[in-house]
Order: sequence, then structure tokens, then C-alpha cells
Amino acid sequence: MKSTGKVVGVNGNMVTVEIAGDIKLNEVGYVVTGGTKLKSEVIRINGDRAQMQVFEITKGIGIGDPVEFSEELLAVELGPGLLGQVYDGLQNPLPELAEAAGHFLERGFYLDPLPKDQKWEFTPSVEIGAQVVKADKLGEVPEGTIKHNIMVPFSMLDNYSVKSIKSKGSYDIKDTIAELEDSRGNVIPVSMSFEWPVKKAIKCYAERLRPVDPMVTQIRLVDTFLPVAKGGTYCIPGPFGAGKTVLQQITSKFADVDIVIVAACGERAGEVVETLKEFPELLDPKTGKSLMERTIIICNTSSMPVASREASVYTAVTLGEYYRQMGLDVLLLADSTSRWAQAMREMSGRLEEIPGEEAFPAYLESTIAGFYERAGLVQLKDGQKGSVTIGGTVSPAGGNFEEPVTQATLKVVGAFHGLSRERSDARKYPAIHPIDSWSKYKGIIDEEQTSYAYDILFRSNEIESMMKVVGEEGTSLQDFVIYQKGELLDATYFQQNSFDPVDAAVSPERQKYLFNIMMEILGAELDLSSKDEARSWFNQLRQVILDYNGSEWQCDAFKDLEEQIKKTLAEKKIRVDERAAALMEKI
Amino acid sequence: MRKVYSKIDSIVGNVITVKADGVKYGDLAEISTSFGDSLAEVNKLDGDMVSLQVFAGGQGISTGDEVRFLGHPMQVSFSENLMGRIFSGSGAPRDNGPTLNENLIPIGGPSFNPANRIIPKNMIRTGIPMIDLFNTLVESQKLPIFSVSGEPYNELLARIAMQAEVDMIILGGMGLKYDDYLFFKDTLEEGGALSRTIMFIHTAADPIVESLQVPDISLAVAEKFALQGKKVLVLLTDMTNFADAMKEIAITQEQVPSNRGYPGDLYSQLASRYEKAVDIQGAGSITILGVTTMPGDDVTHPVPDNTGYITEGQYYLKNGRIEPFGSLSRLKQQVNDKTRDDHRALMDGMIKLYASYKDSLEKQSMGFTMSAWDSKLLKYGASFEKEMMDLSVNVPLEKALDNGWKILADSFNKEETGLKSSLIDQFWPAVS
Repeated sequence: MKSTGKVVGVNGNMVTVEIAGDIKLNEVGYVVTGGTKLKSEVIRINGDRAQMQVFEITKGIGIGDPVEFSEELLAVELGPGLLGQVYDGLQNPLPELAEAAGHFLERGFYLDPLPKDQKWEFTPSVEIGAQVVKADKLGEVPEGTIKHNIMVPFSMLDNYSVKSIKSKGSYDIKDTIAELEDSRGNVIPVSMSFEWPVKKAIKCYAERLRPVDPMVTQIRLVDTFLPVAKGGTYCIPGPFGAGKTVLQQITSKFADVDIVIVAACGERAGEVVETLKEFPELLDPKTGKSLMERTIIICNTSSMPVASREASVYTAVTLGEYYRQMGLDVLLLADSTSRWAQAMREMSGRLEEIPGEEAFPAYLESTIAGFYERAGLVQLKDGQKGSVTIGGTVSPAGGNFEEPVTQATLKVVGAFHGLSRERSDARKYPAIHPIDSWSKYKGIIDEEQTSYAYDILFRSNEIESMMKVVGEEGTSLQDFVIYQKGELLDATYFQQNSFDPVDAAVSPERQKYLFNIMMEILGAELDLSSKDEARSWFNQLRQVILDYNGSEWQCDAFKDLEEQIKKTLAEKKIRVDERAAALMEKI
Repeated sequence: MRKVYSKIDSIVGNVITVKADGVKYGDLAEISTSFGDSLAEVNKLDGDMVSLQVFAGGQGISTGDEVRFLGHPMQVSFSENLMGRIFSGSGAPRDNGPTLNENLIPIGGPSFNPANRIIPKNMIRTGIPMIDLFNTLVESQKLPIFSVSGEPYNELLARIAMQAEVDMIILGGMGLKYDDYLFFKDTLEEGGALSRTIMFIHTAADPIVESLQVPDISLAVAEKFALQGKKVLVLLTDMTNFADAMKEIAITQEQVPSNRGYPGDLYSQLASRYEKAVDIQGAGSITILGVTTMPGDDVTHPVPDNTGYITEGQYYLKNGRIEPFGSLSRLKQQVNDKTRDDHRALMDGMIKLYASYKDSLEKQSMGFTMSAWDSKLLKYGASFEKEMMDLSVNVPLEKALDNGWKILADSFNKEETGLKSSLIDQFWPAVS
């Protein structure tokens, strides 16, 4: 029996409801006001009163308005047809909503998340009499570039035997494709789609593994020095204008994964539009199909209701976990988790909870940790591996990383890509600070080698700050050369020209190749007699390497330029330092 | 027939509480006090206790004053008759014109469906080289002017309003000094732009609650005109006053403050206004140009900081000039490849040289000897500031580009500019 209630208080997007009957925490209810039903979620129960956050504008709600409860938690619909969709935070498809309601997001419209009449080519993979449990594969349908497994709904907890299964053919998502009989003899019809509550992690796998394989982003600085592992987590904090969103957009294009889920959470609508209009035109080099076919966009931009912003990151991660169950690699990009944290803060304030630091709720840290912990590399029951990688941007107030959201995030992520205002002002892309940032994952290049390069960078940085005090005159030639080496590494390896079609995305193979050249330069003792000579020699070398980076892999120009680099180096190289020589021998 | 309540339970600051039933969240009420009538808006319902924020402020309200609920939320009249008129934050006439009551529309409506947005593509010409050439304003952009009290930001706004190629202008003033209000009025009148302008003005002397309505009322009207195909430019000055008004109300209502006393939803509140900027396919557009004064010239202050995360760049007005560093139009790339071949190259090249000029200037001030190159840069920087940055310069983009080449030719040899030879061949001015 579904419960009902009536509104007894309204404060911002929170309503207080007097309830008749039983309700659950996080149950979805609808406030009926002026003929429209406004979706809401129970966030606190106290006696016969419940407090609910309304996912819509609350204007016009009055005392005594009826509330209808659904007996269900806030859930998403899972099934074929998710890829390529653009949803709001509650899985409302936005293009369809525009057709139904016009230019504006009129409240009270809730559409089916998955196309109801689309037919899918189903191929069964079990036979009658087979024993199955939740998440076991019943068959598959092709969806975009992937094979979409049709599974036993995750909420079916018993052991079942297959009573009937549809033969190969085309069906829509509501057609019964199988009948399962549980241990007590009840027969349950199963279709290709089912619901799952967003705030519960999907854990239908055999075990969770340690993330080891790098997730290639084709950004040199990331893949080589600050890698992210498949199934790992990373965060990108940065002040406004430092290029967080651009970095995420580039990652969403080039990342080596099967599926990308973009959660535009409380940011500008204009940025989503770029992705929306661009992706269908771009081709995924791996599959030759449009990038949109591997992408899902969850778009709850800054002016959309704040309660559904809070839900949107969970919607996104649940969809990611669903595809992970099929043995796929999923990347979830959340931009920005600060807006999500602010949504929590707004709600906490309305609930009159005792505030923590900067008025964020006391449970901020555990909630952030809980979200990032939904990432992971898992081994499924059939032995396949799947992963969800989460990359979240953080927008710290005033660009100061010493604030609660950044700090809470840093505790739980495996890599930290801190963007710096200084580097973005100097038009250095990506503006990830190479020294402040860190990663606990293994990259595409051996750690000993990268740490050699890092050591030079550290030393170069020290010399640079020293030079600011004592001037160039007070710096020894030897130090000056190290400083130039660091600058060269920054200009030609860390920085990438995102407008250049070749340099914008660099394959791991080419990264390794370039890195070996860099090692030769960094490890070389050079015959330079003055600072002026050193400066002009490095400038010359830099120019050649930049051209080299912009030339197609293994084309004629590429080979010529490589010769030129080698020649330039050979002119001044005396010997290679021991540590570098030992490292290079390993290669 | 609406019920009248004549027992006010509590009065705290600008917020009063009345026992009433049948009231909806967000509804308006009218309060008759001995100082005249005022509107009030329901901002909390708790059982039969209704809290209202009184537009005219709590001062002088008696517990026995009459409260009459109007049964609808805040509305504004929408018609061509609005053109050339001046209203207060509550929509009452500020000029001597009649009160408008026809075709009432709600304010603070739902947000635009992101799936229906289009990539902006039209430049808005302003005649200001620092904008047109270096940080082009784009139709449907939301862009604040970051500035400090005492800077001529209102003069700049008024100039853009006069010169921008748009169909109409809506000026929302919050906490304006009365002099500034008169300045806007006179300037627009003299320039003949008043007839295509609508003003919603809250002056510093008006009750604070009214200033909260200004952005919503301005943008609601703008939205309707945009849907009818008009290119609307909305000017909002000063959004810091708007944020401060929110802070004041939030504190009176005992909300937990988050950062320097501002309410936790500051970002969402600002975003829901700025995000009204839109280019509607097959209809008009809304472009928002705001002013955000930065207390103590501190860009990390919560208001400019949150604004920076929301808007598509900012113009940084300092010492009476739009600074090339710190200013940014995130959308300029969408349009500045379609203006003239030399636009992008000149934009980058001149800024790089200006940055070198700044270095030379620093060297000079530290007493280092100036090389020949330094002297060239100093000459360049001086003409750049005089002929590009000075706000009195008023030329179309093409002329500004020509001037740019002239400044370069006056100061440098061709190869010193770092510009592409093909462009130099085409645009380098003939020797005079």
C-alpha cells in the first residue's frame, strides 16, 4: 500500500510533509500542486513528519497540498539505449523533453529514459533449465560499438531457474525475454530493462582488484608522469579559467576506454553544448563510429534545480557500474564535484544541521569518499574484468586548495592533477602543475626513468627561484644548463598544443619514443662555453622538437626532424651521465 | 475575494510572520502600513505560520497592520509599452508614466533546456578596441566587468549600451547611487537610446529587498522579448550589491553562512540569473553584461570568485582601462576567425609585445639600462595604452585593426613583430 501525505511546511526546495502510513528514507514521492506532480525525495523522517527535497522549483506549493509516495528509492532505468543519451540529473532525456515542453525545462515533466519502441536484436545465451542468479547474462544485444549484456536484474536476490527464454529476434525493452522461477516456485517475467537505486553501489562482481593498467589519455604529462589507472580515481582542482573543463573535454575524446560518462554537474550549460554539438561529428579512432555512440551525458547545469544536481553524480556512477558489469572499461568525468558538495551544503543548511567547516555538512568527507569508492577494477563472476574510473574536477573557492572539498577529495583519490593559475596565465597547456601534482598509479614509462626526469625538473625549479634572487650573473653555467634542461622538458614534453591536430593527442608508443629522446638530452653532459651559447642552443633545440611534435608519426618530416634533433645534440654532447646511461641501457 | 489578516505575529528585520491559510510558497501579499502600502513575498511556510519578506523593509510596520494575500507570485507586465520606461525593483513606475497591468508574466521562470542551446556565433560590436579586438563580446555571452569602487564601470556600461548593435537594452540597477541612476538616464536620453531601453532601478536609498527582484524582473522581460526575436542586452550593475542584499536577508533569517557571511547557495543564486543568457534558435537572444565590484580589489572574494566560475570570462577594469591581462572572453574564438584575416594574429601578437613592454617597464623602474629593444617596447607600450586601451577611443573593429598595424609600424621593424610574413605583406601600412 503506497503511503500519502500532505504538505505542512515549505522552505526553499525543502518541504515538510505529514505522512499517513509507512515510508522509507530516500523514498521518492510526488508533491501534487496545481495539477503537476513534483518529484521529491525523503531525506529525513521524524515521527509522523518527513522532510523532502523537491527536485523542482517549489514556487506555488501550498500548505495541505497532497503528496503521493512511490515506495521506491530514487532509481535509474538500466537497459539498452543508454549510450548517446543526454539526460538531466534524474535521467530525464533532455532532447525529448525539449520536444515535449519546448525551450524551457517546465517542471513536472518526467519522460521515459529509454526509448520504448526501439527494437533490439536479442541473442540468448542461456537455455531453459539453466540456473541463474542476479547479474548473470541471459543474452546480449548490439548497442553502438559494444555488446550489451542482458542480465538478471540486480535486485533479484534468489536463485532462479530459467523457465523460458526468447529465441534470437528483435524485441523492445519492455518485452518479456525470459521467465525465471525462484526457489519457492514463483515465476517472474524479466525484460531487457530494470531499475536500480542510484545511491546503492552495484556489487554483483566476484572481487575487486587493485587498479594497475594505465588508462591512456594521450596527454603526455598525465600518461608519463601523473598516470591514472583503469578503475582508479583522480581529481583536477583548479581556479576558474585554469582549463579544468577543457582538460575534461579532451580526456572524454581521447581516453582509451569503452564508454565515457560525462556528468556536467552545476557548471555552465554552454560547455555541455560544445560537447553535444561536437561529439556526434567526431569519430572514435578505435571503432570508426561517432564519439557520441560511446558517450552518455548527464547534464544538470548550474541553473537547474539544486537537489537533482546532488542526485546527478549518483545517476552517472550507477550507469557506469551497470556497464562495468558487462566487462567494459568506463570513465566517469564529473565536472564539478564542488557544485555537488555545495548542493549538499544547501540541503544541510535547510535541515538546520550543525555546520562543519565553511558550513559544509559534517558528513562531507564520508560522502565524497563513498562516491569515489564506487570506482574500481573488478573481476566478474565469468572471469572478465571491468572498470569504472572516476575523474572529478574541484572548483575551490578563491583557487585555494586548503578548502574542505579539495582536502576531502585528496584523501581518497589515487592521483591529483592540480591546475595552477600561473601556468594557465602563461598559456601553458595543460596547466597541471608538474611538481605539486602526484599519482600513485603506474604509468606507461618505467618509474625509475620518470623520476630521473623529475629530479632534473626539481633541480631546475630550485635554480630558477635562486636565479630570481641572485640574477643570471650569480648562477654557475652548470646550474644554468640544468635550468635550461628543465625548461626544455616543460616546453616540449609537459606542454601540448591542443589546437594542433597531431600534438593534441599522442599515442603511448610515440610518448615512449619521445621520452627516450628526452632522456638522451637530459642525461647528456654538454659542451657549452657560455650562458648565451647555452640559451641559444636550447632555444634552437626546443624549436626543432616542437616542430617534431607537430609532425605526423613516422612521416618524412618526422624523420628529418628527428635527424636534426640528433645532429644538434651530437654537436654538443660530451658524454652521458652514469645514472642516465644505466637507465637507458634498460630500454 | 482574498482574505485580509490583521495580526502580524513577529517582525524581524525585513521579515514578518503572519498566521494565515491557503497561502502558496512564493506568493505576494500587500501590507498597508501607516507609511503606505508595500509588497511582500512569501519565503517560508511552516504550518499556518507564513513568513514574508517585506519589500519596503520592516521599519514602521505595526503588529496590527493589514496583510492581504494576492494569490499569485511576483509578476511583471510585458508589452511594447515597457520601452523607454523606468521602474523600481518591484515593478512600480519610477518615471511619471502610468502603472502597467496588462499581460502579466511570472518572473524567475525555469531554466533553458541545454539540449536546445546552440553554439554562439555572432559578435556584438561595441566600438571599444579592448573589447572588439582583444576580447570580443559574443551574442548570448554572460560577462561581468570586474572592477573596484571608484572606477568608471557605469560609464563603460552606458557606453556599451549606447553603441552595442542590439535591438534593445534592459538595465537592471541594484544599489545604484542616485547620481548614477540619473547619469544612466541622462546619457541614454541624450544618446537617443532611451526609447529602446527599459530600466529596473533599485537605488541605494530604496529598501534592500527590492534589489533582490531586479535581476529576475529584468531577465523575465528580456526572455519574453528574446522569444519574440529581439536581440536583448541586459546590463546588471552592481551584482555585488545583489549578493550583499542576499547576505543581509539570509542572516536575518538565521541561515548558516558559508563564506564571509554569504549564504551557501550564493553560487546557485548567481548562476540561475547569469544562465538566462541564451541564443534561441530561430528567435532572439539575451546577452548579459554585469558589474561585479571587488571589495579591496580581491578577486578571491566570494562574489567575484563565484561569478568567475559561472560567467564566460570577465573584463577587468582598472585605472580607467580594460586591462589586457586578467580580462578574458571565453567565447571570442567562436567569432574572431570570421572578422578579418589579421584579427587573431594581431590580437595575440600585440598582447605578447605588450607583455614584453611591461617587463621593460619594470626593468626601467628598477634602474637598469635600457637597450634599443627596450626603448622600442616603451614607445610601443605608450602608444598602445593611448590608442587602444584608453576608454575614450571609439572606433569600429576594422579601424582598430588598422590602428594596431600603425602602432606596430611606428615602433618596430616588420620582423620584430613576430607576426606571419603573409599578414605583414598584406596589412603593413605603406611608409608615410
